[in-house]
Amino acid sequence: MIRFTHVTKHYPKGGPALDDASFHVNRGEFVFLTGPSGAGKSTILKLIYVDERPSQGEVRVAGQSSVTMTKHEIPALRRRLGVIFQDFRLLEDRTAEQNVAFALEVIGTNPQQIGPKVARVLTQVGLAAKATALPHELSGGEQQRVAIARALVNDPLVLLADEPTGNLDDRSTRGIFQLLRDINATGTAVMMATHDLALVKSLDFRTLELNRGKLVFDSGAQFPAPADEFDAPVAGPDMSALAADHPDTADAGGSDGAAS
Amino acid sequence: MRLALREALRAFSRAPMLSALSVTTIAFSLFAFGLFGLVALNLRSALAQVEERVEVRAFIAEGTNPEATAAAVGDIAAFPEVASVRLVSEVQALERARRELGEFEDVFEAGILPASIEVRLREGFRDPESVRAVSRRLEVYDFVDDIRYGEEWVEKLHKLRTIATAAGLSLGLTFALVAIIIIGSTIRMAVLARSREIAIMRLVGATNGFIRAPFLIEGFLKGLLGGLLALVLTWVTFQFVGQYVVQATYFDSRLAVLGVLGGALIGLLGSAVSVGRHLGRV
Repeated sequence: MIRFTHVTKHYPKGGPALDDASFHVNRGEFVFLTGPSGAGKSTILKLIYVDERPSQGEVRVAGQSSVTMTKHEIPALRRRLGVIFQDFRLLEDRTAEQNVAFALEVIGTNPQQIGPKVARVLTQVGLAAKATALPHELSGGEQQRVAIARALVNDPLVLLADEPTGNLDDRSTRGIFQLLRDINATGTAVMMATHDLALVKSLDFRTLELNRGKLVFDSGAQFPAPADEFDAPVAGPDMSALAADHPDTADAGGSDGAAS
Repeated sequence: MRLALREALRAFSRAPMLSALSVTTIAFSLFAFGLFGLVALNLRSALAQVEERVEVRAFIAEGTNPEATAAAVGDIAAFPEVASVRLVSEVQALERARRELGEFEDVFEAGILPASIEVRLREGFRDPESVRAVSRRLEVYDFVDDIRYGEEWVEKLHKLRTIATAAGLSLGLTFALVAIIIIGSTIRMAVLARSREIAIMRLVGATNGFIRAPFLIEGFLKGLLGGLLALVLTWVTFQFVGQYVVQATYFDSRLAVLGVLGGALIGLLGSAVSVGRHLGRV
């Protein structure tokens, strides 16, 4: 589903943020990205949701290649990814449910479907009771739950979490982490960047460790890639189909399954 | 589209102060431009009125065959520079003199004033050179006694017109540029205030067109409102000046609509450029 092949990323100033990294992530996996600040964790996530393009190498996500993808194909890809951040990035002047609904509205979802979808996903993250609260009325952990709800509402293939617990106390951290595991249990892959080594070591999850842009350790895929994984098509030209219920992408008959 | 409109209006209701401020800023920069426009417009029409009176007058020798002068009038009317030709007979000249200078009525006697051919020139041929050229061609007729066209006056008028045009163009361009820059940065501030929304829209996969739409509407509306407000301001100023200072002409409806739409267009383009900066990457 996600495959990096000899990916290097240079930013205009400074050395390589990512240096010749190769790995793949399968559908439904839970992967930790660890390493000190500036090691390249965020860069990997940005390359996946195409906020950045690789300087060299290829990033394939859900059948789309960074080499061939045009600017106009980026929004369609992003609709199949969920992203959350350390600072939540909610709109302060909108309630929890409006924040989640916003993500559906701006991709042209049928207005009649928005209400039920928002209610379902807020229930899933345990915030149904606070749907009408504004962000500043919520605790940090609750705000992150809103952000997770927003990321999940389009049924993404993978949830990308960039230091999601970096601003939270221990209790909230455990709550958010448990939520991410629950989400993963329903089949959504999760990639979580964190420098919380205690958390990483306490669990036997796949871990990619980075240091100064180099991938220094990969505990290995939890399970091998099925043959069809990389060429699952992004839904067809009809963009509204993306907003409709769970796009069925499980059975694309690709043959490019090489993984190492 | 409905969502875009809703989001654009939301921007107004969520930040009424900022919106009011930018509309006012736009209004005043357009107002300054509009005032200048009014002054330029009135100067131009005043100048044009004066210029209309540029004419070349050829006095006809006494006892000239009327057929010869009539034929000459036909020829002269065909000159490219000439707007109209009028033959003023001795009798008509006398009547006019009595009418215009009533207090000297007794002085005028029949035969004291010569007949003349009055030539008015087309717009664009009222400069000293054209006037001289036309008068030279009138000199050719041997029944022409004398030619007058107020040489000094024509030259001064021409100089005034040249200066007015140059000053009008440079000042007008400067005013327009200042208005565009001010409106542009006002709009840019509004977009900047919502950069977080733009970032989130991008993140969840909104297309660039979708992200742009509310901002374009917002910019257009602000420009439109600012333009209308500026129109009201110039109208009030115009009324005030009309009442206490001098009667003047106002923009005709075509110019007024053009001005307001111009404001809206600047708002629209300003928004497009500002949002474009946020969408540019990747």
